[in-house]
Amino acid sequence: MKHLTPINCKAVRIQQTLERTQGEVIALQQPPPQHTPHFPLGCTLVFSPGWEADSNGGTAGLCQPVERDLFDCHTGCFWPAQVPDQLNHASDWTSKCASAQKDWRNIDLVFP
Amino acid sequence: MKLIPGEFHPFESAGRQFLYLVPSVAVFAVDETASAVLNELSRGPKERGEILSALYRRFAPSDVAGTIDELWRIRALRQSGMPPPPTPKQMPPDGFPLTTLVLNITNQCNLSCAYCYEYGDDKIVDTENGKQPKFMSAETARESVDFLLRQGEHNRAVHLAFFGGETLLNFPVVQSTIEYGRQRAADCGKTIDFSLTTNATLLRPEIIEFLAENQVGVTISIDGPKETQDQFRVFKSGVGSYDIVAPKVKELLKRHKSRPIGARVTLTAQTLDIVRTFRHLRDEIGFWEVGFAPVTTSTAREYAIENDGYNRMLAQFEQLAPEYRDAAIANQHHGFSNVKDTVEELHKGMSKAYPCGAGLGLMGVATDGDIALCHRFSGSPEHKLGNVRSGVDPLVQIGFLEKHHVDHKTDCSVCWARPLCAGGCYHEAHTRYGDTAHANLHYCDWIRNWTDICLRVYGESAERNPSYFQQLEPRTDNETSYAHQL
Repeated sequence: MKHLTPINCKAVRIQQTLERTQGEVIALQQPPPQHTPHFPLGCTLVFSPGWEADSNGGTAGLCQPVERDLFDCHTGCFWPAQVPDQLNHASDWTSKCASAQKDWRNIDLVFP
Repeated sequence: MKLIPGEFHPFESAGRQFLYLVPSVAVFAVDETASAVLNELSRGPKERGEILSALYRRFAPSDVAGTIDELWRIRALRQSGMPPPPTPKQMPPDGFPLTTLVLNITNQCNLSCAYCYEYGDDKIVDTENGKQPKFMSAETARESVDFLLRQGEHNRAVHLAFFGGETLLNFPVVQSTIEYGRQRAADCGKTIDFSLTTNATLLRPEIIEFLAENQVGVTISIDGPKETQDQFRVFKSGVGSYDIVAPKVKELLKRHKSRPIGARVTLTAQTLDIVRTFRHLRDEIGFWEVGFAPVTTSTAREYAIENDGYNRMLAQFEQLAPEYRDAAIANQHHGFSNVKDTVEELHKGMSKAYPCGAGLGLMGVATDGDIALCHRFSGSPEHKLGNVRSGVDPLVQIGFLEKHHVDHKTDCSVCWARPLCAGGCYHEAHTRYGDTAHANLHYCDWIRNWTDICLRVYGESAERNPSYFQQLEPRTDNETSYAHQL
C-alpha cells in the first residue's frame, strides 16, 4: 500500500491478507506460482454465485435458473467443446431461445 | 457507482491523519491524498470520476485512483445506497475455557465505604442477613480451585483472584488455597497465579511476607491523599482510614517486589482531583500503577458522577494521557493504567462481542460456592451460573451469552467505539437500568471522548516508537492482564 500505513496488529493483518489475495490471473495450463494464490482462467473453478445449488442443496430456489449454465459457458467464457461456435458457423443457434429458463428446449444440436 | 465513506473514526495526532476502522478495528495512518479523497466524500456521495476531477489540480489522477482502490480494499469506502457489508454475529466456541476465577472469600468488611456496591445503597445481595455464609470455607475454596482447573481445561495458565469484602479478614483460607492451588495445578501440568484485592487496613509484616514470597499480585483499593481517602473510605465509626493504610502500603511496596502493585481508585462526584491523586499514589506512596474507575451507582446518590463530573474526569485524564505518550516514546514506564489498558487493546486490535469476560473467561464465586457472572454479582440468585461442585449450567450460560452479545444492543450499532466498549459493565447497567443487557447510555459520550484521547496517544507513540508496542503483541500463552477487570 502506498497511501495507507498500517499501525496496529489488525491493520498489518489486513494488509498482509490484501497482498496475498492480489495475485495475477493465470491460465489453467500454467503451473501456479509459489506462495501466491492461483486464479485459473476458466469456469470450472470460478462459479457465478447461485447456479450450483440453492440454500437447500436443490435447484428450485436458484437465484439464476440452472439453464443459465449453458449461456455462462457460451458467453461468459468461450468453451467451444460444449457449445456451438457462435462466432464462426452457428451464429443463430440460440435464436429460438429468447429466455433460457423457458425456451431451453428449443435449442437443438448444431451440425456444421 | 457512487462512493461514500465506510464506518470509521478519523483522528489526528502529531499533525498526521489516522483512521480507526469499525468493525475491523484496524488503525491506518493515511497520507495527504487519502485525506483529500475522504474529505471530498464527506461532502456527499461521489462517482470515482467526480473525485478524480475534483482533485486533479492537487494530485496526479493515477495517485488518486490508487488511493481510492486502497481505501476501498480496507473498507474505508463503500457503495452509496447499498447496506454496509454484513458482519455475522459470532458466538464464542463451545467449551470456551475459563481463565480467571474470582473468589469472594468473605462478604464482610471492616470499612464502611458509603459508595460500596456490596454494602452501600445499591447492593444486590443482602450480605448481612442473607443465606450466604459470611466467610468462604477452606473446603469451598479448594472446590473452586478444582472447578477452575476443570473448566479451564484447555488453558496452560489459570488465575485465581481473591476478592471480598475485605480479603484479609479470611487470610487463613487465602493461604491454604494458594498452597492447594499450586499443588493441584502442578498435578495437572498447568501454571496458576494468584492475585488479591485489599483495602490494606489489615496488612501485617507476616502477611506481606507471605504475599511477596508467593508472588501474589496485589491491588490496593485506595482513593488518594488523606482528604480524599477519608471522605468515603471510613471505618464503621466514621473515622477515615488513610492514617492506618498509608504506612502499611509503604511497607508492602518496600518488601513486595515480585509482582507490580497497583492502586485502584474509585471516583465520586466529591473526589475528582485525579491528577493530584495520581501524583500522590505513584510518586509519594510509590505504586507501580494507578487505575481509576467512576463509582457504580444509581443516579439518585449524592456521590454519583453526572454530566459535569464526566467532563471534569475527562479533562484530567486528558492531562495525564500525554505524559503516558511521552513515556512510551521514550520507552519508559508511566503508571496510568487506564490509558495503558486501552492503548494495549487498540494495539492488539481487540473487537469485543462482550464488554468483559464475565460469564465466559471470568467468573465469580460466592462464599457458598455459587458461581456468578463475576465477583460483583456473587451471591445473587438472579445472576447465578451454577455451583463449583456441580459446574456451570450450560443452558444458563448460553442464554446469557446470547442475550448480552453486542449485536443485540441497538444503541451500540451506530457507535464507532463499540469494538472496545460493547455497551459497558453489566453491573453498572444493572445498577442504573435494572437490566444487565442494557447499554450504559449515561457514559457514551465519555467513552467516545476517552477512546479518541487514547487513539491519539496511540497513533503518535506507535508511529514514533513501534518497539514500545511490540512488547504488547499477543502471546501464544494465556493473557495475564486481568487485574483491570476487578
